Amino acid sequence: MMENANLLFAILFQLAQLLVVVLLAPLLTGWVNQCQAWLQNRSGAGVLQPYRVLRKLFHKDAVMAHNASPLFRVTPYIVFGCMWLAAAIIPIIAVDLPFSLAADVIALVGVFALARVFLALAAMDIGTAFGSLGARREMLVSFLAEPALLMVFFTASMISHSTQLPRIVETLAHHQFMLYPSLAFAGLAFLIVLLAENARIPVDNPSTHLELTMIHEAMILEYSARHLALIEWASSLKLFAYISIGIALFLPHGIAEVDNWGGMPLAIVALLVKLMLAGAALAVFEIVSAKLRIFRAPEFLGTAFLLAVLGLLIHFLLGA
Amino acid sequence: MPIPLTLQFINLLAALLLLVAFAMLTQRRILSLINLFALQGAVLALSTFVVAYSTGQHHLYYSAGLTLLLKVLLLPWLLHRLIQRLNVRWDVETLINIPTTMLVGIALVIFSFNLAAPITQLAEGLTRGLIGIALASVLLSLLMMLTRRKAVSQVVAFLSLENGLFFAATSATQGMPLVVELGIALDVLVATFIFGIFFFQIRETFDSLDITHMEKLKDD
Repeated sequence: MMENANLLFAILFQLAQLLVVVLLAPLLTGWVNQCQAWLQNRSGAGVLQPYRVLRKLFHKDAVMAHNASPLFRVTPYIVFGCMWLAAAIIPIIAVDLPFSLAADVIALVGVFALARVFLALAAMDIGTAFGSLGARREMLVSFLAEPALLMVFFTASMISHSTQLPRIVETLAHHQFMLYPSLAFAGLAFLIVLLAENARIPVDNPSTHLELTMIHEAMILEYSARHLALIEWASSLKLFAYISIGIALFLPHGIAEVDNWGGMPLAIVALLVKLMLAGAALAVFEIVSAKLRIFRAPEFLGTAFLLAVLGLLIHFLLGA
Repeated sequence: MPIPLTLQFINLLAALLLLVAFAMLTQRRILSLINLFALQGAVLALSTFVVAYSTGQHHLYYSAGLTLLLKVLLLPWLLHRLIQRLNVRWDVETLINIPTTMLVGIALVIFSFNLAAPITQLAEGLTRGLIGIALASVLLSLLMMLTRRKAVSQVVAFLSLENGLFFAATSATQGMPLVVELGIALDVLVATFIFGIFFFQIRETFDSLDITHMEKLKDD
């Protein structure tokens, strides 16, 4: 009887997490933009602006290119689904939700890669110059970022002896206090990967439409209305997922424990505080850094790989 | 077995030392190279201080203070003055490009960790993992000396090599006798002065600090 009740609770909370994530993701994006506006002495569009954009886009009629294949049509749904799935796998409010056992960190990287491949294919599908330019650049950035991300995950899984995210979070949140030089390195590497993968400023600037600089924006130029809305929503979800991974790996304290449903309200408050702080920190980091030339991006991401490998090596040598 | 907090802190500083060595290896500007060298000295002084505190060896306090004075304040100040007088603030030219240097650096770190593994098996004490890191930062400084073309950055590499050796001495073997340390500190200081004189001589002869010009100095 007790078992059944627990399972029911777990499924309920999993559904709650799914809903919360998909509804909160645009809010996080809006919060980051608002923080940036404050730091630039602008008044900003308000934290609810992404919702307004989504509503506007959903009310419009979609326009398609004549030579668009079905691939172009389904890609927004696939990308959105992948990002939602990724956000469902990551332990965000509690450690032992049923979905999180479905995939480990390597599969998580695979889910991100799947979305990226479809987006790049759809960008090349129409055959415009901008689409293939964006797809090529996106592939360049992501093929450098992916090994670094994997190395970051491996460092954390070496410490906790598991590649399952819930186990990693559990180990890191509930052991006694210890300084982990390897995790500090992995954290720096993860920050760089987060900036590169979410098209943030040192690598890409999604708020401009300059052909010399854009990467992500060039890929989705052909999308309109509900397709564009789904893609925008998916990129909010991606940012949310990445920040949640960062919280899970490097700041897991306060997350609800196994079978401790009473700790849930506290966990949600802790999560909101951490998300707000992380968003503000991201905004500050973006304000103080300048956009890199595209040819310097490999070096920037090479630094991420170097840091992640160093973290792994230092874990081997020092055992911490 | 829980590791004491001071040791964890030394481990963290050791990791930081390695990171600074990498940052120096991939640095393009000579001004930031010198600032990084000062940072490395600061990390070194702090780690010496923590070792002194945790092992209760009083002469290490002096050596930490000496490091702070010499490597964080005096030598960077001298180098700053030198590059101002020579007017070479920006140009650091590397022989191979920076991503390649990074990869070679990673290979060197793996090599030195492997090399240090049998030594750490023999060594007593909790700080034995640090020998590998010290060796790695020495080798990285050697790599930096090899890949730089200008004399000033080679000298900074030489000084950071000495930092790596000093770190090995303090953290892995609880420090050398104070007399030896004083001697080394004096040597480094004098060497920097002599290098400064060399810089001016090289520039006067070749109109540049690029030491590839020195390959022409042979009898025909």
